[in-house]
Amino acid sequence: MAAPLVFDKRPRWVLVLLDSVVMVKRSSTHIVRNTDQLLGTFFQPIMFLVLFAAVFGGAISKTLPPGVSYLNFLLAGILVQTLAFGSTTTAIAIANDLQKGIVDRFRSLPMANLAVLNGHVISDLLRNGISTIVMITTGLLLGFRSSASVGDWLLVVAILLLFTLAFSWLGAIMGTVAKSVEGVQWLSFVIVFPLTFASSAFVPTEGMSKYLKIFAENQPLTHIIEAVRALILQRPIGNHGWLAVAWCVGTIIVAMPIASWLFRRKTAN
Amino acid sequence: MTKPTYVIETRGLTKSYGSNQVLNGIDIKVERGTMLALLGPNGAGKTTTVRILSTLLPYDSGTVTVEGHDVRTQADQVRGVIGLTGQSAAVDELLTGRENLEMMGRLYRLTSASAKTRAQELLEEFDLIEAAERPAKTYSGGMRRRLDLAVSLIATPPIIFLDEPTTGLDPRSRIAMWDIIKKLMAGGTTILLTTQYLEEADQLADRIIVIDGGKVIAEGTAGELKSKVGKDRLELSFRNASALKSAENILGSRVADTDAKEFSATIVIEDINADVKSILDDLGAAKVELVAMTVHKPTLDDVFLSLTGKQKITQEPTEGKEA
Repeated sequence: MAAPLVFDKRPRWVLVLLDSVVMVKRSSTHIVRNTDQLLGTFFQPIMFLVLFAAVFGGAISKTLPPGVSYLNFLLAGILVQTLAFGSTTTAIAIANDLQKGIVDRFRSLPMANLAVLNGHVISDLLRNGISTIVMITTGLLLGFRSSASVGDWLLVVAILLLFTLAFSWLGAIMGTVAKSVEGVQWLSFVIVFPLTFASSAFVPTEGMSKYLKIFAENQPLTHIIEAVRALILQRPIGNHGWLAVAWCVGTIIVAMPIASWLFRRKTAN
Repeated sequence: MTKPTYVIETRGLTKSYGSNQVLNGIDIKVERGTMLALLGPNGAGKTTTVRILSTLLPYDSGTVTVEGHDVRTQADQVRGVIGLTGQSAAVDELLTGRENLEMMGRLYRLTSASAKTRAQELLEEFDLIEAAERPAKTYSGGMRRRLDLAVSLIATPPIIFLDEPTTGLDPRSRIAMWDIIKKLMAGGTTILLTTQYLEEADQLADRIIVIDGGKVIAEGTAGELKSKVGKDRLELSFRNASALKSAENILGSRVADTDAKEFSATIVIEDINADVKSILDDLGAAKVELVAMTVHKPTLDDVFLSLTGKQKITQEPTEGKEA
């Protein structure tokens, strides 16, 4: 009959790692094949950047420190906002998998089941990487300029990478908890929208009311935005740098096991 | 390791969701290289049983072994020897047929080269070569089920669970699916199939277990079950009341029932060839003309009517004690 099957006999930890590699390949293929979503990946950042710069630029530039254009100020905020909204896609992908029978299939295989989550989270880095490149390119075309060194840019990339991972794991929790794909969209909207707007993403916090200002200046997204902004604009980074990293790493450490536990629990019934 | 007599075995299997007792002591034994059909209506507990057997669902009490491995404590060993085809075709819609197969091959821990070879073989075997490079979302219902089954066969597991593999398929796709399943059986695979269709169980399975309300209500070969259910019935329709009357006179006691409005008579037949021939001969000799003739096989409805009806009469006292 057919050719005999050849099983991979490498040690178990290699195989478990390979499971994740296979799932990353799967999720990445989804990103490329899902044309509607791909359009979003490309055009949403462009739209946000152009709209915000054009609509708010005139009014807000007066409140900015001298010599800083609104576009230069805005880019860090838009980058972080887009990446935060990007976590919705992770959540939707996971909710989708759970809703359809495919997770059952994966679970009936001798594979490491958490590879499903790893696949979505890691391939999301790829998609968000595309978004980030599109945004920075658009920014450059609109007149964004930065004197940051290559080393500073690498730091920016590192912070954004950590941030994306942190939010994707939060997204993984949302995707596992939600009862439907529509539910995911609402859940993430309700969480991500206030967090990004009540921050220093689009306007300096000075003009905010007392309590909002306290919240906006101390919430994690502001630290991340300010850290990225300081690096891009070559301004003093203050406490924002290590606070940004601490928040991201802390979120990953907490969210990853919770998401895994929820995923296991959900799929066991 | 000595191989167990029964490849799939459950004893006193129970499962409940809260106060809803889904399985109420199911005993199943499947011998190597045979097919058992779990026959039952929606909600009988078929899918729950398959999900427990394939390690997807915890159970409350009883013992469950697959190839001698306990599904609770040796889930990984069980997963290594089974293939599962679920009710909703569990394939990745955005991946092509080939990519689906190769991915699952890798997850079964085949080497990359072996997964590729096996994917090609299965695409050919399941008549999916032309659609191999198209995303699965463009597939028809029948193609999707074939892909789904192919995926579960990627590592040629010796045991296959088929959970309603033909529900919702058109007749032609159903027959194509049956042919594939028959080939699997010829290859010596041990199969547990669930179905709502008596005909499907009849066509494919060596043994049938009828379950309803989480209990086994009958067990045996298709023939044994059918003889419990009743015989084939022949329905003869005539042009008018007088033709029906003449037929009744000719066929005498063979007529089990008549319908005066439809001018039809029902006859219970033992042997479809001999009985139908003699009936037609007798009617022909008397020049009584038929308008239509239909043979009714016992259906699943008949099985349940008959079996659940019997159960009420014979098992009511014991059921009362259990409750």
